[in-house]
Amino acid sequence: MPNGVAVHADPHGVADHAHAHHPALQHHFQTLEQQHEASTLGMWIFLVTEVMFFGGLLMAYLLYRVWYPTAWSEGSLELDIYLGGFNTVVLIGSSLTMAFGVRAAQTGEQKATVRWLLLTIALGLTFLVVKGFEYHHKYELNHIPGPNFHFEGPFASQVEIFLSLYFGLTGLHALHMIIGCVMMGVITWMAHKGRFSPEWYTPVELAGLYWHFVDIVWIFLFPLLYLVDRAHQLS
Amino acid sequence: MTTTILPRVNYLNVRHSVGSWLFTKDHKRIALLYLGVVTVAFFLGGIFAAGVRIELTTPEGDFVSADTYNRLFTMHGIAMVFFVLIPAVPAILGNFVLPLAIGAKDVAFPKINLLSWYVFVIGFLFTLAAMMFGGVDTGWTFYTPYSTSASNSNVMLTGIGVFITGFSSILTGLNFMVTIHRMRAPGMTWFRMPLFVWALYATSLVQILATPVIAITVGMLALERALGFGIFDPRLGGDPVLFQHLFWFYSHPAVYIMILPPMGVISEVIACFSRKPVFGYSFVAFSSLAIAVFGFLVWAHHLFVAGISPYSAMVFSFLSFAVAVPSAVKTFNWTATLYKGAIWWQAPMIWVFGFLGLFLVGGLTGLFLASLGLDVHLHDTYFVVAHFHYIMVGGAIMGYFAGLHYWWPKITGKMYSNSAATLAALLVFVGFNLTFFPQFILGYLGMPRRYHVYADEFQVLNVMSSAGASLLGIGYALIGSYLVYSIFRGKAAGANPWRATGLEWQTESPPIPENFVETPIVTEGAYEYVKRETKVA
Repeated sequence: MPNGVAVHADPHGVADHAHAHHPALQHHFQTLEQQHEASTLGMWIFLVTEVMFFGGLLMAYLLYRVWYPTAWSEGSLELDIYLGGFNTVVLIGSSLTMAFGVRAAQTGEQKATVRWLLLTIALGLTFLVVKGFEYHHKYELNHIPGPNFHFEGPFASQVEIFLSLYFGLTGLHALHMIIGCVMMGVITWMAHKGRFSPEWYTPVELAGLYWHFVDIVWIFLFPLLYLVDRAHQLS
Repeated sequence: MTTTILPRVNYLNVRHSVGSWLFTKDHKRIALLYLGVVTVAFFLGGIFAAGVRIELTTPEGDFVSADTYNRLFTMHGIAMVFFVLIPAVPAILGNFVLPLAIGAKDVAFPKINLLSWYVFVIGFLFTLAAMMFGGVDTGWTFYTPYSTSASNSNVMLTGIGVFITGFSSILTGLNFMVTIHRMRAPGMTWFRMPLFVWALYATSLVQILATPVIAITVGMLALERALGFGIFDPRLGGDPVLFQHLFWFYSHPAVYIMILPPMGVISEVIACFSRKPVFGYSFVAFSSLAIAVFGFLVWAHHLFVAGISPYSAMVFSFLSFAVAVPSAVKTFNWTATLYKGAIWWQAPMIWVFGFLGLFLVGGLTGLFLASLGLDVHLHDTYFVVAHFHYIMVGGAIMGYFAGLHYWWPKITGKMYSNSAATLAALLVFVGFNLTFFPQFILGYLGMPRRYHVYADEFQVLNVMSSAGASLLGIGYALIGSYLVYSIFRGKAAGANPWRATGLEWQTESPPIPENFVETPIVTEGAYEYVKRETKVA
């Protein structure tokens, strides 16, 4: 069977025509449906590996939080709850725009897809910029772990562990955001070029899954890092 | 010399340029790319092992310094674990066989498959660079705080290499899992799948769930070493034992990444050369999954003397005994498969017999180490070294060679010399036992691992061990020579030289680029040997 021969897509029933290949159908799959299911399953499995990836750091977090509750409280109070809270709202908002983007791709609204995806990227970049300001502030205070770390108080060294994990976790998360933004850029370009149709919009859906995952990670990180002992502080 | 008749167009000759190999998306070619790199790593790891064995021939440190010796055994471990044992069966044989065995044209994600090879090569290059710039001396386990603050060898470069290579393993696991779920030919139900495919599925599960943890652990180590972050640093109140927990959370399941696929190979070969279906198919299939799952719950048996709570130690000891059960199920079922079988003494089967004997010893001595009291005595002695070599070389490498000999005619379309292959199997078996059996005794007598000098009374056993290692080296060299010879001068194998039942044997050797002319339709189980034999008769 010849492969890679692109025949015009039949928008109403690709699977009915044995020889009419959708241009996106790769040669080793029988149908677009099979291809879509394989890709989606692959993405879900990838997200499972991501859970384990963050899991190692979270395990360390859990252990030391149990060991050093006071240092965790002190370290957490050093973080800017307003910037963190603002970023949480931004990121949840970006998940909403992402969901609209996937929906638009599903219904074949090309312009709307591009618009929602661009908005998602913009929100993602906003998050990163705010995060950058937070990091910079930590740098000015010498709160970056390492030889120049400085912190007053009896729990300084345990707070250094807290901040190591803060930078480890949020840094890894930010790295995922950066990768996500680049990926979204590519997807947006593909959407702009009209590559997607209601029959085939798998990449948009996969990007969406990834984006929501990165969002959920933050929803765990925010309370774990910023809200350790806030009730105590506010009362 | 026989002229060889091969299919006119096959995956090997369809294109010839270097680019057609480096940018191939064909799982069969990618398997061969892996074969190349893994063989180089195996050779390198062997050289380091030779250095270790030469040093240990005499009790004094007269061949290399203590420091060099540390680097030798570390690099032997790193080369063999990350670049040979983990990829050998899944990435070479699995890549080649899996799509063929389930009647697919390729794996689910051919581009990711190629990417995983490149990731593997990049990781390997980093590790090679580390070796060239003087190596690394932490042991392959990278224990903190030595690795984070004391060692002045190339921990960072090696760590980066291991980190990168991990993603290759993750991607392969992901690819195989999706392939098995979504790419099976019509009629290829779960319980008609060859047991090798079940084993690969279980392996993928481990690769997906465990490998990310070593990646992040090495990442944390790197942050600590390079930037001075404190996560495992005892000076700040950090816990080096946490590193050991995280490390073994991957590295113990990694043992199952190494051994599960060879176990799958054994099931294939033993059925074919006994001309019988595997005894208790579903038990063997589920025991793979059971090993994968239990394998995640035993890691702390590496930490019995690291100061963990005695209660958790008891639980981990119990679970370590439990994981032996599914392995025993497999071994019993293989033996039962042989019973009243028409055993055909061909080279792949000789390797299988080698596997069965050595794996048995390796598995049973594992139970010694799982026992809390005994482990205190045997921990960090040569008993441990001998135990895991019986599993990793006696089990995984023997299984790998069983598979390589079994599928070689399919991969290359040529037959190798059966007598040379039998001789090599015997050499490796004898050489292996001579190398490692004395180490059980050495360990029992109290010789600690990882020292370049030892007490005089241990010399006889060490000389035996070094002599065995030479024999082992000759055996491996022999394999390399007759396999390469077979490519040029071997007889044409034909589609199915072993009269085996798997789908991969229904297509030509070497297979055509798209594997099958038409997608096969499966109507029977994987091992219908008896039915077929009677049909032929």
